[in-house]
Amino acid sequence: MVDSLPSLFWACLQFTVPLTLLSFFLGLAVGFLAAVARLFGPRPLSIFVRFYVWLIRGTPLLVQLFLIFYGLPSVGIVLDAFTAALIGFTLNVGAYSSEIVRAVLLAIPRGQWEAAYSIGMTWRQAMRRTVVPQAIRIAVPPLSNTFISLVKDTSLAAAITVPELFRAGQRIVATTYEPLIIYIEVAIFYLAVSSVLSALQTRLEHRLSRHDGHAEVAR
Amino acid sequence: MIAVEGVHKSFGTNHVLKGIGLQVPEGGVTALIGPSGSGKSTLLRCVNLLEVPEAGRIRIGDSDLHFSTTTKVSARAMLGLRRKTGMVFQSFQLFPHRTAVENVMEGLVTVQGWTSDRARDRAVELLDKVGMSAKADAWPSTLSGGQQQRVAIARALAQSPDVLLCDEPTSALDPQLASEVVDVLLQLARDGTTMVMATHDLRLAAAIATNVVFLDSGEIAEAAPSEQFFSDPQDPRTRRFIYR
Repeated sequence: MVDSLPSLFWACLQFTVPLTLLSFFLGLAVGFLAAVARLFGPRPLSIFVRFYVWLIRGTPLLVQLFLIFYGLPSVGIVLDAFTAALIGFTLNVGAYSSEIVRAVLLAIPRGQWEAAYSIGMTWRQAMRRTVVPQAIRIAVPPLSNTFISLVKDTSLAAAITVPELFRAGQRIVATTYEPLIIYIEVAIFYLAVSSVLSALQTRLEHRLSRHDGHAEVAR
Repeated sequence: MIAVEGVHKSFGTNHVLKGIGLQVPEGGVTALIGPSGSGKSTLLRCVNLLEVPEAGRIRIGDSDLHFSTTTKVSARAMLGLRRKTGMVFQSFQLFPHRTAVENVMEGLVTVQGWTSDRARDRAVELLDKVGMSAKADAWPSTLSGGQQQRVAIARALAQSPDVLLCDEPTSALDPQLASEVVDVLLQLARDGTTMVMATHDLRLAAAIATNVVFLDSGEIAEAAPSEQFFSDPQDPRTRRFIYR
């Protein structure tokens, strides 16, 4: 139904896309800090991070969202639906991406740290100038996976009343009784967003691999 | 003036350096030779504190650090000493995400805070010195091992260190590519660059070194001026190693 498209489009643009982008980048920041804390931080911090990752990965996202939105008011913390969803997704992305970040940081050879130290860099400089730029490149494919999963997972925010794409579809179905067509339209919107992201991933990977070179590598 | 005194270093139960003392004359090339596992690389890595000794003293110019199990040397002091050194690694370890010239500029820009233009001028000058200015904008992955090592030498020299530390600089290279690296090192030696070089390549040591230190099982078996060392070795272990 053509007149359903604008409202689906707006729900996507106003809620699904911002929720995805915000929680991904905030989550990535959380994930990076968590990974660094786990790898280089003092022991209590590292244990705390492991607990956090264990907790988030071991419980359903839907349960986490319900706890934040419906559970926290019982202890006096009342959040609006969008904020609750943002916190939930950020914590989720943070936990999953911290494992990815940890793995890619460990994948950078020790010799690269030593080369950075040998020219007088501090730990921070070595991290920022040498390790992270190389780690980003390895991290793009697995992080893109997280990103694309997240686009689809944001549909769970419908359950805590965020009027995002899926909930907008539900509303239209409630008045039009056209579940087949409407939900196909909803699916196509998700597909469109994740396809755009996949295309961006390919471009980014291409850009980041520019230093691979093509000439024969002689010894 | 570079001096190492009473340096001990262990990895777990493996006592790798057992009280090493060493004076490195300025403007000369000191070769650390010895069989594998003798501790020559570890000793070299103790000089720029990539490995921190458990005990002993490392002195380069006005940086004079004492290590013991009871005191902790500050990170700042260690950084200060390390910044008086440059290091060349067996496996080159160029930064793969930076071009040749960017590799050489890196320390000048990040550590010294130079502007990128000024650093580039200096880097190109150094690449010229090692015969690599034509490849300034090449990615490391497109360079041969010998070329990568020459860029790595330029990178190590960029901040005008008091001493250039070379850890098996030619071991990963076949003879032809090794010789282009040796030529560069020889030229640096003639220019009076102070170098300490860990190597098991006796020909490289004989060609470049002014002084030779022979390590065996974490101890100095013999230390002598190069000519004397190779013509008239005193210690039986040294003889066995040279004449084998």
